[in-house]
Amino acid sequence: MIANYGYKDGAGEFYISIDTDKCLACDADRACLTACPKGMFEIITDDYDDEVAAVKQQFRRSLAYDCTACKPAGGYASLPCSSACTPGAIKHSW
Amino acid sequence: MITAGIDMGSRTVKVVFLEELKVEGAPQLKWGVKGKHMMFPDELDMDVAADKALADGLKEAGISREQVTRIVSTGAGRKQVRFADADVTEVSAGARGAVFMCPSAQTVVDVGAEEGRGVKANAEGRVVDFAGNEKCAAGAGAFAESMARALQLSLKEFGEASLRSDKSIPMNAQCTVFAESEVVSLIHSATPKEDIAKSVLDAVASRVCAMVRRVGIEGDVILIGGMVNNPGFVSSLKTSLGIDHINLPDMPEYVSALGAALIAADGRA
Repeated sequence: MIANYGYKDGAGEFYISIDTDKCLACDADRACLTACPKGMFEIITDDYDDEVAAVKQQFRRSLAYDCTACKPAGGYASLPCSSACTPGAIKHSW
Repeated sequence: MITAGIDMGSRTVKVVFLEELKVEGAPQLKWGVKGKHMMFPDELDMDVAADKALADGLKEAGISREQVTRIVSTGAGRKQVRFADADVTEVSAGARGAVFMCPSAQTVVDVGAEEGRGVKANAEGRVVDFAGNEKCAAGAGAFAESMARALQLSLKEFGEASLRSDKSIPMNAQCTVFAESEVVSLIHSATPKEDIAKSVLDAVASRVCAMVRRVGIEGDVILIGGMVNNPGFVSSLKTSLGIDHINLPDMPEYVSALGAALIAADGRA
């Protein structure tokens, strides 16, 4: 399942997509949990009883602001969350 | 066996009872709806509202609490249903119910009072891809309701009025609050109510369409949730998505509760 967490507003589309099928056999040892400087990810049990990564509820309405520090202007060459997730489950829409 | 699904929506509480069928010569007919009930809660305590909705639903359907073997809750207030055996998100419940109602549908558009979302589902009603809008209320029914109030029309009149307009007035504001200001400006500039109604519903459809396009359109499209009852919105959504046909289920407000009852029957959650 591809879970899109986020929103679209007047400034654009701000979604973090997580391909939860890739979380099932995570060979990155759940690195997303520690890679995000703000700790935005959590592991949840979804409706199909699978343990998968998700964006915490409190961050889903403010991704444009919370993720700003990790974008190129913040000095990062690549996103820490996407880079740490070696199975390639995490993508940003912007 | 009878199972129940209870959808604790942001505006209404819906309950659906599902009965196992044993129809000779038709083994594919496994489940049938035994009863349904909708309630507008008049108190803030969602658990009290859930108790009342279940009790009223049981009474209406003529069944006892003991006959119901399993209950699954869904919706915004799903965690507050104390008597539920399990809870599932409205995304999974909506997809399961929608595919049960329309097996050829793979794209589910769910527009309720406070939230809209696009879901891609497989043939078993399992979610493959979903997108909602965690921030904006402008892609949901409450926005249309609030604009109808500003125009002093009932929701039914509002939907019908929009169908009489062939004008396309873009609504630029993304936010519900600013959009209301735009509507007030249109009223002051003596724009006909029909054109304003169409503009509002086009705006809602365009926001919903953005979420649907995010997951992609595959197979048939089915629209669930209270906005199915608004013919103006259905027409605007068809135009936004660029498709000729959208499947509109019977009892659209109950589809998520039905999905929860089916998940209870599957014993999955």
